[in-house]
Amino acid sequence: MTLQPVPATDPRPTLAVWKFASCDGCQLTLLDCEDELLGLTERVRIDHFLEMTPAEGADGGRARLEGRGPYDLSLVEGSITTAEDAERIRHVRRVSRYLVTIGACATAGGIQALRNFADVDDFLAAVYARPEYISTLATSTPISAHVPVDFELRGCPIDRGQLLEVVTAHLAGRKPRIPGHSVCFECKRRGTTCVTVAHGTPCLGPVTHAGCGALCPAYGRGCYGCFGPSDKPDLRSMVAQLRRDGMSERDIQRVFRTFNAASPEYAPVPELAAEERRDPPAEGS
Amino acid sequence: MTADADVNAARPPGPDGLVMGKDGLAALVDVLIRRGFTVVGPTARDGAIVLAELTSADELPYGWGVELEAGRYRLRERSDGAAFAHAAGPQSWKSFLHPSRVREWSADRVEGELVLTADRGTPPRYAFLGVRPCDLRAIAVQDRVLTGGAYRDPGYEGRRSGALLIVVECTEPGATCFCASMGTGPAAGPGHDLVMTEVADARGHRFWVRSGSREGAEILAELPTRPADAETRETARAGVTAAADRMGRSMPEADLRELMAGTLDAPRWDDVAGRCLTCGNCTMVCPTCFCTTTEDVTDLTGDHAERWRLWDSCFDLDFSNLHGGPVRASARSRYRQWMTHKLGTWYDQFGSSGCVGCGRCIVWCPVGIDITEEAAALHDWTRPERPDPEPS
Ligand code: SF4
Ligand code: SF4
Ligand code: SF4
Ligand code: SF4
Repeated sequence: MTLQPVPATDPRPTLAVWKFASCDGCQLTLLDCEDELLGLTERVRIDHFLEMTPAEGADGGRARLEGRGPYDLSLVEGSITTAEDAERIRHVRRVSRYLVTIGACATAGGIQALRNFADVDDFLAAVYARPEYISTLATSTPISAHVPVDFELRGCPIDRGQLLEVVTAHLAGRKPRIPGHSVCFECKRRGTTCVTVAHGTPCLGPVTHAGCGALCPAYGRGCYGCFGPSDKPDLRSMVAQLRRDGMSERDIQRVFRTFNAASPEYAPVPELAAEERRDPPAEGS
Repeated sequence: MTADADVNAARPPGPDGLVMGKDGLAALVDVLIRRGFTVVGPTARDGAIVLAELTSADELPYGWGVELEAGRYRLRERSDGAAFAHAAGPQSWKSFLHPSRVREWSADRVEGELVLTADRGTPPRYAFLGVRPCDLRAIAVQDRVLTGGAYRDPGYEGRRSGALLIVVECTEPGATCFCASMGTGPAAGPGHDLVMTEVADARGHRFWVRSGSREGAEILAELPTRPADAETRETARAGVTAAADRMGRSMPEADLRELMAGTLDAPRWDDVAGRCLTCGNCTMVCPTCFCTTTEDVTDLTGDHAERWRLWDSCFDLDFSNLHGGPVRASARSRYRQWMTHKLGTWYDQFGSSGCVGCGRCIVWCPVGIDITEEAAALHDWTRPERPDPEPS
């Protein structure tokens, strides 16, 4: 698909898709909207979307990293891990009327935020043959740590239906219908038998933001929290339950250290997991 | 139709009822399907006894029982081959009568005109096979809520009015059951079309069947049955009576409505709030919880919109969201809302308890919060002479 020059009189709102530190999975979700994609392009003018822009020339380096805008709706994927990106997100904000972060990286810092809990230089030395070629920040931070964000869409990757809902709601001028309750709601509405209660499988569903449609329990496995924390999650009770389901302190710490590791809601987990070790809950009290 | 059946048809359904074997159950499912019913009943799947559409009685969970505890559900094999020796499972009949997702209407812009279409399809005629007595009462409770007041839910009414209820009395209560103390079981109350009591012992696997409606009697007349012998009747009755004494849980002997109204400030609410995940599972599995939310969906063109109704829960922050934020922001206020509604304010609103004692909320709470234990703790708190705590 080639972006055609459009007449200045085009009445469609403009859409831009931006990438920061990320795997591209979330922006690909937009291209995955196969049946709706043509309808979408009738309603919005996709003005900036490198993922579907042909590189000009054999060196592949001509696609512009920055667009001039202004854009009515910007979808931002990825977290901020370099000084350049910290600057670039300010530019994106300046040229965007409504800015939506898409996915765990942009919303919570992503899996790359594991560096926040360690020394990034150690990682560089371990991973790269020539660490001196790498210029990176000590942390991976969500977009909201740098610029005001109008809406955050969660998930690793995001859910196609939720993405369409956010775009559609924006076009209709209404609030997107993205509930903040637990995955358990979706699990029960779907009629899935609870894997924790019926199989003893640890599941993060009770503290995880809905949105996936309770995908993992429907396939007999526990939720591992790829949508990040639900509204006001009770981590203390969750950690105690994970312990009862047989997880060790280390397992508990690690299960929260994935795509949304740097979510502030998860901050008490290491301490709670250690607390559990010090005084296990008295049975039946 | 057999010769036996002709005799039965001629006889008004009496309290003595009839007896049939496993072949009778098989015939029952076939007759129901032949009569155009969508038969829903228990079947073992995904490590639980779930409710699903049945195409034959072979799908019933013969030989499966359950082991229930707070936050824990396990299937257990049984040697007697019983089909209904299990207590309430992860779903209830509300999944069919008051489904989790219903489209209410859709709207289209056609040449500038708005065209509204209500979703009023003909619902299937359900035959619910294996309704437990507590669930029979739960259906009556939802009838009152959804069709008994000034605002009736026509969708529910449509699904409910055609539904045939075949109750199986309880002889194997779970450790989380307390229908006896709520007065809803283990014997069947009114409102069913057929009621059966299962007996599986050395004398054979059989069902004592009585009809509760004209349609139930007609169906019964088509099944291979024999007049009920005294021995089967007595064994069946004794099984149900014994079940009442084998309930694993009970509510405190108190006026629960008064207990709820008088303990709104009890410290126990903080205690339970410290354990509650506000995940909403208890409300979703409760056979009487009825709350829903609406979602309006538009498509990209802006020319098509749909209104959906979804199960909601008082544990959702959005549930009490008014201008300025949720009214019930704390876990304490949300758990208290749920429990005081079930056991207390339901009386004010609908004239009965909102809890039938099925125990689902206890089993399917991931952290095993137990409504009977919470009620007992509140009750202890109200007693002037508090008993000395047991030395532990
Ligand atoms: S399987 Fe997980 S998400 Fe589903 S109800 Fe159980 S705890 Fe909640
Ligand atoms: S169940 Fe949990 S881990 Fe699985 S897709 Fe959903 S949010 Fe992600
Ligand atoms: S409150 Fe609990 S025990 Fe009572 S009817 Fe609801 S799910 Fe069953
Ligand atoms: S009582 Fe249990 S099931 Fe209900 S919201 Fe609290 S943790 Fe979830």
